[in-house]
Amino acid sequence: MNLASTSTATNNVVEVKEVCLDFHTKDGVVKALSNVDLSINAGEFVSFIGPSGCGKTTLMRVLADLEKPTSGSVLVNGMSPTEARKQRAYGYVFQAPALLPWRTVQDNVLLPLEIMGYSKDQRQKLAQEYLQLVSLSGFEAKYPWQLSGGMQQRVSIARALSVEPQLLFMDEPFGALDEITRDHLNDQLLRLWQQTKKTVVFVTHSIPEAVFLSSRIVVMSPRPGRIIDVIDCNLPADRTLDIRESPEFLAIAQRVRAGLAAGHNYDD
Amino acid sequence: MTTSIGRKPSATIPVLTVVVAIIMIWYAGAINLNSPQIIDRYEKKGVDWSFTQLATDSWNMKRAVLPSPHQILAELKTTIIDKNVTSKRSLVFHAGITLSSTLLGFVLGAGLGISLAVGIVYVETLDKSLMPWIITSQTIPILALAPMVIVVFGAMGISGLLPKALISMYLCFFPVAVGMVKGLRSPQPMLVDLLNTYSASKWQVFWRLRLPSAVPFLFASLKVAIALSLVGAIVAELPTGGQAGLGARLLSGSYYGQTNLIWASLIVAAVMSASLVSILGIIERKVCYRLAGGQEISNEL
Repeated sequence: MNLASTSTATNNVVEVKEVCLDFHTKDGVVKALSNVDLSINAGEFVSFIGPSGCGKTTLMRVLADLEKPTSGSVLVNGMSPTEARKQRAYGYVFQAPALLPWRTVQDNVLLPLEIMGYSKDQRQKLAQEYLQLVSLSGFEAKYPWQLSGGMQQRVSIARALSVEPQLLFMDEPFGALDEITRDHLNDQLLRLWQQTKKTVVFVTHSIPEAVFLSSRIVVMSPRPGRIIDVIDCNLPADRTLDIRESPEFLAIAQRVRAGLAAGHNYDD
Repeated sequence: MTTSIGRKPSATIPVLTVVVAIIMIWYAGAINLNSPQIIDRYEKKGVDWSFTQLATDSWNMKRAVLPSPHQILAELKTTIIDKNVTSKRSLVFHAGITLSSTLLGFVLGAGLGISLAVGIVYVETLDKSLMPWIITSQTIPILALAPMVIVVFGAMGISGLLPKALISMYLCFFPVAVGMVKGLRSPQPMLVDLLNTYSASKWQVFWRLRLPSAVPFLFASLKVAIALSLVGAIVAELPTGGQAGLGARLLSGSYYGQTNLIWASLIVAAVMSASLVSILGIIERKVCYRLAGGQEISNEL
């Protein structure tokens, strides 16, 4: 089953072929990923959507070299995920903010810059720049516990962006936030993607979020984790949150929902 | 976040009540334990005696089985305040000797414990090979080991501070190693993953994530270790035949039946131990407050 786009290989940031991943647990083997094929072009915003346990996070962790596939081949920027990680080819935003409590907001954003050996001036400049981008100027000296959940997640986004990766992995970054904050951050993220032309891989289980943000939606299904549909989603670039009421939006959302329903057996 | 739970009501009255109760039980116990000898003396002399007389004599008996609190206080006053600090009869002199070996043993033990923990966490072979030995080391009773260490070092011409500190170290390193291994492994997997996405080196992960995460565990272990270090120092002073240190004072007190001296030394040791643990507690609170980014954390000593 090859639902991947047929674009030329040269442009592919991510190339996944026949990837399987089994987790060996006490209760036996869990097929987290089964024969996954996917390619992602530069500048795309691709969302993985599916119910819990469908392997969407696992697939992204494979791309980021945080998990090793049992079989199949994966290329990120034309190299193995390990090489890509070693070359610091991507930024990763986790489900939780994952901030170090003993560091201020500024120092948390400086963390990857320190590790990657940026000069002191560069570090300061980049941290300032990206904190401003996520509208957190003025909060540099605060500690994580002094910020709301949404602000903490924005710090972690600034931290991922600060090293200016061309590829950004985001694992349900807004999953733990309330609806209002989430809408706001979705809007900000869309503008950010349009400004920076980065390639974004985004995991979510919210249909409106996926449709609003993505240029392509990958629908996944559990047991075994697999791709069941890939939906192109070319809503106008200048869209605002109001587009969620429009017929085009609802049509795509309907197709995603149908895909999810088809892949999900409630008798399990 | 300050909550009303953090603001404890004053502890003065409960603490005082317990102190008064202990003193009352102590005086009663002194009568109970000392009266048989006193009654013996009365009967030998054939004198009449009242209970008041018995109580007064029990509480002021020389070489009492259980000296009463005011006798111990008097002993503390003579051995701490009245005697010159350099005198061999001054408890301050002996406490100083015990304290120096306690602190040296603590520093060596903490150093060894932390190094072992780093080895265990970072080198898989050490994880498998070292831990069983560390646990075995603690099953050997220190009372059996201490005289051998002192005698062997004595035969090699090494005596005084170092052998005693080594026994303290032997007791100290264990809680530090165990606590530190747990601490270094305590960071959330997500934070370890985060640093992996930066392709951070092992040492970057150590300094920026594992070590700061381990500090609360380290302090809990250090407080246990410093109390053990004092026990080690006192035990190490026993086989030296009463040369110097609180252990030596305990031993000579028991040789000559000077129970006042035994109790006074014990109290000095207890106060020293409590002070050392409290000092670590204060440092712990300061450090952990900073590690929590200045957030108020509940922290019972």
